[in-house]
Amino acid sequence: MTAAALATLALVCTVGAWRLTRARWPYRAPHVAIVLWQALGVTWGLAGTGALLAYALSPYGLGVLNGLHAFVTSVLGGHGPPEPYGPPRILALVTGLAALAVLIVVLLAAGAQTSRARHRHRALLALIAREDPVVPGVRVLDHPGAAAYCVPGLRSQVVVSEGTLKLLSSAELTAVLAHEAAHVRERHDLVLLPFAALRRALPWSRVVRDAQSEVSLLVEMAADDVARRYCSPRRLATALLRFGTAGSVPAPHGALGATGSSAVMARVERLITPGPALPVGVRYSIVVFSITLTSSAPLLWLIPH
Amino acid sequence: MKGLGELERSIMDVIWAQPSPVTAREVGRLIADRDLAPTTVMTVLDRLTRKGFLVRTRDGRAWRYEPAESRDAYIAELMLGALDLTGDRSAALTRFAQAVTGTEAEILRKALTGLETELEDE
Repeated sequence: MTAAALATLALVCTVGAWRLTRARWPYRAPHVAIVLWQALGVTWGLAGTGALLAYALSPYGLGVLNGLHAFVTSVLGGHGPPEPYGPPRILALVTGLAALAVLIVVLLAAGAQTSRARHRHRALLALIAREDPVVPGVRVLDHPGAAAYCVPGLRSQVVVSEGTLKLLSSAELTAVLAHEAAHVRERHDLVLLPFAALRRALPWSRVVRDAQSEVSLLVEMAADDVARRYCSPRRLATALLRFGTAGSVPAPHGALGATGSSAVMARVERLITPGPALPVGVRYSIVVFSITLTSSAPLLWLIPH
Repeated sequence: MKGLGELERSIMDVIWAQPSPVTAREVGRLIADRDLAPTTVMTVLDRLTRKGFLVRTRDGRAWRYEPAESRDAYIAELMLGALDLTGDRSAALTRFAQAVTGTEAEILRKALTGLETELEDE
């Protein structure tokens, strides 16, 4: 029964995501944990919607994808779906298709909104930001506050504020720039996009909220791990703390979560006293599991039952 | 010959520096050190207006241009985005560290002091 298998898979992903937000090992292997998070996200979406569709289309005995095709042709052909086709199946079909459409639309909308925001940001930077001989290739913003970030894209830009240049020592600045370069190189923005999109689609869901903040933190840790190859991890840690304490920004309309300092402290702690790395065997097992998980839902969409 | 982007930037700087709206001819005079054709100035002013950075009003047969927002307002807008304070929860930028509120900053300050004394001892 494909529907039951897909429903189980969706449930496993939800429980898995919930457990993963509480696990401690991801901090020891952020790159691996990010892969697992992506696998859980994709599988959850495909399995959840697939379970509804598989149930709705089971009278065809063709599986989800071919069943959808058969349904469309039979409806267009004017001879309706085969018996028995009661209200529960129709409801499941409508709900499944609607959920799938919502997921796709939300993802596209988030992508469009993100690219609009970046476009505007780039246009403003082109008019306002300046070059500084202290940090070649980096755009500098004339503002006393502390900020360092990157505008991702095909031509990514790393930006720091004047306040950052004053706040940090040159060793710390090198560490921060190495961190941002890692974000650029590994396209962490693409990792974050689907989770940000899901958060907007299901703003009331605790699991989704926790998942998003966990993935954001893991992405930072992954960038820290890359940066520490090029700089002193302690300098990266002091840069982080200095940034946090320089937080001369008032929080408008509760835009800030309370997770700020705990996230910073978690990053600082693992920079100063790195725990034992996750054994290679375990890492590989998690990656193989993620790949299996990711391919399971599409396979279940395809197989007839 | 500088690129169009660089020209837009210089022209915005010129207009921001003016206390009142200016015409294309005045802009051309104010950046007289560059040997710019009046049509080029017109083109750039037009582009900036379409992008929403300039607002123009009719003055007889000419247009007068003024900035839509002050330079500081744009810097503030960029900083809000940089610090993730726009509240749109988008993943448009990747930041080094999130901003922290008052009481939380205190926790970090203590940690920093501890770490700095440690580093000095080394």
